[in-house]
Amino acid sequence: MDKKRSMISCEHVSKTFTSKTTTNHVVNDFSLQVEENEFVVLFGPGQCGKTTVLNLMAGLEPVSEGSIMVNDKEVKGPDPERGFVYQTLALFPWYTVMQNVEYGLRMKGMKKAERREKAQYYIDLVGLTGFENSFPNQLSGGMQQRVGIARAYCNQPVVLFMDEPFGHLDAQTRYMMQDEIVKIWEKEKRTVVFVTNNIEEAVFLADRVVVLTNCPTTVKKEYVIDLPRPRSYTDPKFLALRSEIQGIVDKTL
Amino acid sequence: MAGKKNRKKYILVSILSLFVFFLIWELATDVLHVFTNLTLASPITVVKTFIYKLSHTQPDGGTIQRHMWASLRVALSGYALALIIGIPLGIFMAWFKPVDLLARPIFDFVKAIPGLAWAPLMIVLLGIGFASKAVTIFIAGMVPCVLNAYAGIKQTKDVHLWVARTFGATRMQMLFKVAIPTALPMIMTGARVALGASWMSIVAAELIASSEGLGYMIQQCRGIFRPDVIIVGMLCIGALGSVITWIIGLVEKKIVKGRDHGV
Repeated sequence: MDKKRSMISCEHVSKTFTSKTTTNHVVNDFSLQVEENEFVVLFGPGQCGKTTVLNLMAGLEPVSEGSIMVNDKEVKGPDPERGFVYQTLALFPWYTVMQNVEYGLRMKGMKKAERREKAQYYIDLVGLTGFENSFPNQLSGGMQQRVGIARAYCNQPVVLFMDEPFGHLDAQTRYMMQDEIVKIWEKEKRTVVFVTNNIEEAVFLADRVVVLTNCPTTVKKEYVIDLPRPRSYTDPKFLALRSEIQGIVDKTL
Repeated sequence: MAGKKNRKKYILVSILSLFVFFLIWELATDVLHVFTNLTLASPITVVKTFIYKLSHTQPDGGTIQRHMWASLRVALSGYALALIIGIPLGIFMAWFKPVDLLARPIFDFVKAIPGLAWAPLMIVLLGIGFASKAVTIFIAGMVPCVLNAYAGIKQTKDVHLWVARTFGATRMQMLFKVAIPTALPMIMTGARVALGASWMSIVAAELIASSEGLGYMIQQCRGIFRPDVIIVGMLCIGALGSVITWIIGLVEKKIVKGRDHGV
């Protein structure tokens, strides 16, 4: 297998939040390399700083120490080439599905006909054909998150960050969306960094699971998941990996 | 909402309750003479007076249409000014820190004074005509516009701003494409509250000093014991107020999309 291009490179990244009264050391000497088109899952206990790591990579927060390179450029702030799917419902409630999905292209100043066509492709891809003119509050939670994924994809980012995008969905919808995201990713290859605190989700989705320690967080261990897709939650190999990873995760209250 | 059957029932009960109300009113006046025509006019007299006032200027110097138009003109002028200045002021105060620092002390001071308390000063300053009342109404209407626009902008979700930022929006684009759409339902609420405040203030301002308008008509007829004209005036105030509130409701529905409407 030939060596793939490195897409994300975090070198000795630390992050400390300081307010008037407290300093909070959240990320400690975190280093990670992600290859092009790799699906990496950051997995760790609750409140360990997973989201902060993702925000640093996306440029939503500045690093305190170290450096992050994405696509050979240093991360200095948010950039359209880095897409983000949020944990909370981050759709604009005043826009229709179509207007939400084409938002990024509109910000770039693309002509209406052209961006409509692009947006339609991604709306179809996530299975929302026929809902173009619905408003987010008319959709279920799973459908809303599909819109979020389509919106991130539509802007043609080189990397996609997903911060527990299925965290608030019910179990059934969650399984369906996990299935869906793998299908979408296989069709439209991107470098994905996906954050979750659900071990089953991590093993189901990832090329590589990166287990994080408690706060201040750093990489505890990495697992390459070479099970063929589509994966089965009940496959003995799947279950073995799952319990092995579960065993090394820091316990928190 | 409830079914068709319930709706029918609801309409029936409403009509019945109105009917009973008018029946008691009529009984108390024309039939049993509990009140004389100098203290409380009967519903039938009120209807007659209304029709009469459509074409006659007695006893207060103007037809009902003229008074209505006079009140509306002042109220809507002051109200429009309140919207044009109040809403942007609220938005800018919430979005730009320096504007907030500059405008807040003055605004907090103005806010604490009921709009109507400005009327006497304005009358001394600008006379009893159009300008004094328009300015009074402008002040009364501006306060809810600023407060609601301000609160609306402050509701902007961080995550929405992040989305805009990751898509490369400028700070101005964030204001116009994220913060203002977020605030729209609140802004519309402010506009509705301001309308109520304006309409209330115009009538009250006309009661204090005026030469025309519905409040003026009521005030004149109080002096000459014409409760029929007073009631006609009150009903016109209520009806006009309802109509403009209804219109603004329509506008609100048109503008605010994808969200549950405020109360």
